[in-house]
Amino acid sequence: MTAPRHEHVAVAVVGGGPAGLAAAAALAPHVDGEVRVLDREAETGGIPRHSDHTGYGLRDLHRLLTGPAYARRLTDRALAAGAVLRTCATVTGWTPDGHLEVTAPAGRSTLAAGAVVLATGARERPRPARMITGDRPAGVLTTGQLQNLVHLHHRRDVGARAVVVGAELVSWSAVLTLREAGCRTALLVSAHAVPEAAAPVRLAARLGLRTPVATRTRLVAVEGRDRVEAVVLEHLGTGARRRVACDTVVLTGDWVPDHELARLGGLDLDPVSRGPVVDTALRTSRPGVFAVGNLLHPVDTADVAALDGRHVAAAVRRHLAAPVPAAAGVRLVPQAPLRWVAPQLLRAGDPAPPRGRLLLRCDETVTAPVVEVVQDGLVVARRRLPWAAAPGRVFRVPSALLSDVRRDGGDVTLRLAPR
Amino acid sequence: MSRSSATDPAGAPYDVAVVGAGLVGAAIARALAGAHLRVALVEGRADVGDGTSKANTAILHTGFDAKPGTLESRLVARGYTLLSQYARDTGIPVEPTGATLVAWTDEELATLPSSADKASRNGYDACELVDAEEVYRTMPALGPGALGGLTVPGESITCTWTTNLALATDAVRRGADLLRRHEVTGVRPGLDGTTTLDTTAGEVRARWVVNAAGLGADVLDRRFGHDRFRVVPRRGELLVYDKLARPLAPRIVLPVPSKVGKGVLVSPTIYGNVMLGPTAQDLDDRTATGTSEDGFAFLLEKGARIMPALLDEEVTASYAGLRAAVHVDGALFEDYLVDVDAAQRYVLVGGIRSTGLTACLALAEHVTGLLAAAGPGSTGLDLAPRPDLPAAVAMPNLGEAFGRPFADVDAIDRDPEYGRVVCFCERVTAGEIRDALASTVPPADLDGLRRRTRAMNGRCQGFYCGAEVGARLEQGIVDRSGPA
Ligand SMILES: Cc1cc2nc3c(=O)[nH]c(=O)nc-3n(C[C@H](O)[C@H](O)[C@H](O)COP(=O)(O)OP(=O)(O)OC[C@H]3O[C@@H](n4cnc5c(N)ncnc54)[C@H](O)[C@@H]3O)c2cc1C
Ligand SMILES: Cc1cc2nc3c(=O)[nH]c(=O)nc-3n(C[C@H](O)[C@H](O)[C@H](O)COP(=O)(O)OP(=O)(O)OC[C@H]3O[C@@H](n4cnc5c(N)ncnc54)[C@H](O)[C@@H]3O)c2cc1C
Repeated sequence: MTAPRHEHVAVAVVGGGPAGLAAAAALAPHVDGEVRVLDREAETGGIPRHSDHTGYGLRDLHRLLTGPAYARRLTDRALAAGAVLRTCATVTGWTPDGHLEVTAPAGRSTLAAGAVVLATGARERPRPARMITGDRPAGVLTTGQLQNLVHLHHRRDVGARAVVVGAELVSWSAVLTLREAGCRTALLVSAHAVPEAAAPVRLAARLGLRTPVATRTRLVAVEGRDRVEAVVLEHLGTGARRRVACDTVVLTGDWVPDHELARLGGLDLDPVSRGPVVDTALRTSRPGVFAVGNLLHPVDTADVAALDGRHVAAAVRRHLAAPVPAAAGVRLVPQAPLRWVAPQLLRAGDPAPPRGRLLLRCDETVTAPVVEVVQDGLVVARRRLPWAAAPGRVFRVPSALLSDVRRDGGDVTLRLAPR
Repeated sequence: MSRSSATDPAGAPYDVAVVGAGLVGAAIARALAGAHLRVALVEGRADVGDGTSKANTAILHTGFDAKPGTLESRLVARGYTLLSQYARDTGIPVEPTGATLVAWTDEELATLPSSADKASRNGYDACELVDAEEVYRTMPALGPGALGGLTVPGESITCTWTTNLALATDAVRRGADLLRRHEVTGVRPGLDGTTTLDTTAGEVRARWVVNAAGLGADVLDRRFGHDRFRVVPRRGELLVYDKLARPLAPRIVLPVPSKVGKGVLVSPTIYGNVMLGPTAQDLDDRTATGTSEDGFAFLLEKGARIMPALLDEEVTASYAGLRAAVHVDGALFEDYLVDVDAAQRYVLVGGIRSTGLTACLALAEHVTGLLAAAGPGSTGLDLAPRPDLPAAVAMPNLGEAFGRPFADVDAIDRDPEYGRVVCFCERVTAGEIRDALASTVPPADLDGLRRRTRAMNGRCQGFYCGAEVGARLEQGIVDRSGPA
């Protein structure tokens, strides 16, 4: 077989969603050589391309845009900054030399880069991963697929009556999309006692979406052979089961990072979030490879992903100027009900994390939580936060709480003080 | 589709109508179409290989553990050779991973020598007893507690979808008429020595009928006036894990056989995944291809023992297949059920429950052999091979270990559509989807496209590509049927 073409760029950004585009825009003006974004889709922009409602851009662009408008704006900014955007370009793996393997209609190639930024995003767990039993009828889909169908392919034949699994931000976004496609949402199903998303519920009410939410409930089985006919739900407290007729099931949330390249590249992964382990400069365990966006924190909003992209530029530039091995670091270890944290590593001399925030997931709803930072048996910081920690969304903790952590000490536990 | 010739009672009858386009029926139709015979392959569903043949563990069995002396033992061994050769001819992917029977208890350990002995009686002499250290050397991810094993180097993994499709495609290229969506609902003997099959899409008249109807074989058999067996579906549920798990399972981990069947295995798949299953549950419902909570719980419990690290990976597919086990006089009949009813010019090929992928070509050879032995004088069938057979079909490769278009520099340079990845997780290109839609036996629906290309079979299950794959499928079906 003929060998693939070989190319060389200064920086390769894998993934042209908000995180990747923002990284490229921040890097291109300052880097000697090409900053190239590779995206496997026909258009850059990532998930916002098909998230056709407002709610994008507040923290990074300081305005409120729809998803598609936001995607276009970030694309234009990256181009204006001088980045090269390659679409329909799928990165499929790494060569033994650490180059990227790329497939595109223009050919198969290998790409050497002075630095690689992984910005491959996150996806929702589909039906098999959720171990939902039953036959395999049509009509079960994720929000990603639903919004691709309705907003990019302009389909209106999704179904007539849906059950939506999840009650977080993205779940309400799915309800909106269903409504646009003429499909009524009969019920939202949440495993939690309180619906995950408070703000979107208020928003939904304003938009006239009066969909009931079944809390503490899980989806057990799908019924139907060719097309979904019903779902079987179970109450987590009582174990009681009931059947709800529907022809469509949308599985929302339950995110998992698209970490294939990170794993194939041998990067250290966080065992819980399953994203690559990074330090506050967003370096991964592999020198010259960086990671940003929802690949690290499945999932936060797009503006936060984009600000990761901006943040990583400094470390990438430093690496390009003089690759120095990173200092040893201390590991951040979340304690239940905190599930994971990103970034996970603190090193001497590194900057604060993006926006001065640690991002965590919490499995319980805790209002006015008191966060404690413990190192070598000592509580080195404690602070009550005015915002709640809750399942189904990211819990943000100011990194200033880490200022007294010794960068040469033992692992650091992050926990919520008992009430 | 040549529906008129099939349904026009005045038209010439087929020489043979094969009912069921699973692996077995497709292989038989292909073999018969290799002679000067007009063959119809009659399938009730919208696609070939949409019954049990799509939902198995896709292992090319050596037959080491068959019941010695049975027809099944003989045909599995023969089928292994025939299918290995056919795979080389057509490009069906086969990976000779080998298998190890792993003993977890002293009791199981003690039975390994008898398994080796049984293998020899089945004509398979390559098995080797190995100690625990060797077991862990070859499969470091096994859970703790393995006491020893028996290797079966010849056990291989393959693609059941490609096999079924290759057989049906060859049958059609040899001149057979493939009649999909023709469920046989009635059987009428004619005075002229033909049989008329009533189907959901009209009549099909033929001089001979072969019953390869799998789970429906007993119902069809009764329409010929017999009452000799009953199909008792035995459901097998399976979990398929993410391709990233593949390094955990370099070879097939077989359980030591017990009275209750083959037990749960962990196997790499030809697509680069790892599979855990199947369960074994006798049912009454022949359509119960759904998965169950008990099934999942059982598999997870077994998996936690066999390969705990596997359970940390994402499940990317779950499904259930129904083995067409047959009961004769109320008891499980532990062999294939093949019979020629010369008076009615009718052949039964039933009871092909858990080895039919491996044995399909040998079954076809066996059936043509039985008909040939009866002689053209009695059957009216000339089974001498035709000299002008078209070359075997070249199948698109779905095997992860072999070259696929997305990584083929020359293919993409010749045709950029092989560089346009549509399904990202499985790396299926626009070129492959286009080819499948334009193939001799094109897909009728999304599942058919999935079986031909792997599109949407990956970890995202359509999160990214579902809409695009669906649009290409619909366009392909519109293009094929032409302007209305
Ligand atoms: C239904 C829904 C509604 C949402 N609503 C809002 C909202 O109102 N406001 C808000 O701020 N956020 C919202 N979000 C979240 C927001 O979309 C994400 O936070 C944001 O898209 C994350 O950006 P990212 O760059 O990390 O990943 P993504 O947007 O997922 O981008 C990743 C990119 O990488 C590409 N890629 C992946 N692997 C490869 C590879 N191997 N080769 C080449 N390319 C690759 C993908 O094609 C994709 O373009 C919503 C999300 C969903 C699903
Ligand atoms: C869980 C499981 C694991 C297995 N693992 C393996 C393995 O690893 N290796 C191996 O070699 N074998 C394996 N098998 C066995 C193998 O899959 C079967 O033996 C084989 O698929 C049987 O093929 P078939 O053509 O007889 O049946 P089928 O594939 O069921 O085909 C019968 C066809 O007949 C059609 N039909 C039925 N009634 C009518 C009618 N009235 N009119 C028209 N059409 C009709 C059906 O629609 C169907 O398409 C496994 C089976 C299962 C269930």
